[in-house]
Amino acid sequence: MSELRGVIISHAALAQALVSAVGAITGVDGALLAVSNDGCDSGALSARITEAVGAGPAVLFVDLPGGSCLTSAVRLAKGKADLGVVTGVNLAMLLDFVFHRDVTPAEAARRAADAGGKAIRVPAA
Amino acid sequence: MSIALYRVDDRLIHGQVVVGWGQPLDASFIVLVDDTVRASDWEQDLYRMGVPPHIEVIFASVDEALRRLPEWEAERRVGILLTGDLDTMAALARGSNRVGKVNVGGIHHRQGRSERLRYVYLTDAEAATLRAIAARGVDVTAQDVPTARAVPVGEFT
Repeated sequence: MSELRGVIISHAALAQALVSAVGAITGVDGALLAVSNDGCDSGALSARITEAVGAGPAVLFVDLPGGSCLTSAVRLAKGKADLGVVTGVNLAMLLDFVFHRDVTPAEAARRAADAGGKAIRVPAA
Repeated sequence: MSIALYRVDDRLIHGQVVVGWGQPLDASFIVLVDDTVRASDWEQDLYRMGVPPHIEVIFASVDEALRRLPEWEAERRVGILLTGDLDTMAALARGSNRVGKVNVGGIHHRQGRSERLRYVYLTDAEAATLRAIAARGVDVTAQDVPTARAVPVGEFT
């Protein structure tokens, strides 16, 4: 299986900032691509995502569990086994993802959701 | 309180609607008027995902919306009515005198459209549609979020 690519889809510049942060922390380049919904209707956003995904396989990391980024991502991934979708993207899940890309998109999406969720804590002040 | 916002937004239900407008208006229901979405359970599930459980989402075709507008306008709760395109909102404005204000919240770039505002791109025909809605006595403005200035239709068409 070829290694997965991650495509982060977000409002404004969040996706690009996450790509930069992952690169700065891990030194891994090329595993993640950023797509912003700035200035896009659903058709234009779908075109941007499609271009970023390329031939796949890929996991689509979406910022919110609703809204234009999610609807475009799910429409694109519907019925395609080589695309997975996970929402609520955070830095922790992306750091885990870039080192675990030799699985199926569905497995990677589940693993990312688990890793991202575990990073949300309320530490003692 | 009835429907507090009649909005045209090609992204339909998304953050600016649910959070940006929904929170200050204290909206309890959203009516999404779109014939395509009304016919697709899968699309409806997708749009429901972006809405917190305390907000009801109603999916309606144009015909259903025209029939049910009096009911929604008589609601004690605050609602938002959304269309994804100008033709749908124009059909509601033509078919009912309940539509007193139209908010243009987001119509994005597509071939043939030119930029009128940062978040509003229109063809000449679409600009004429907006002016025709306004000519019926409807207050048409563009405003993406509540904190922005409401731009009168004459300034962007």
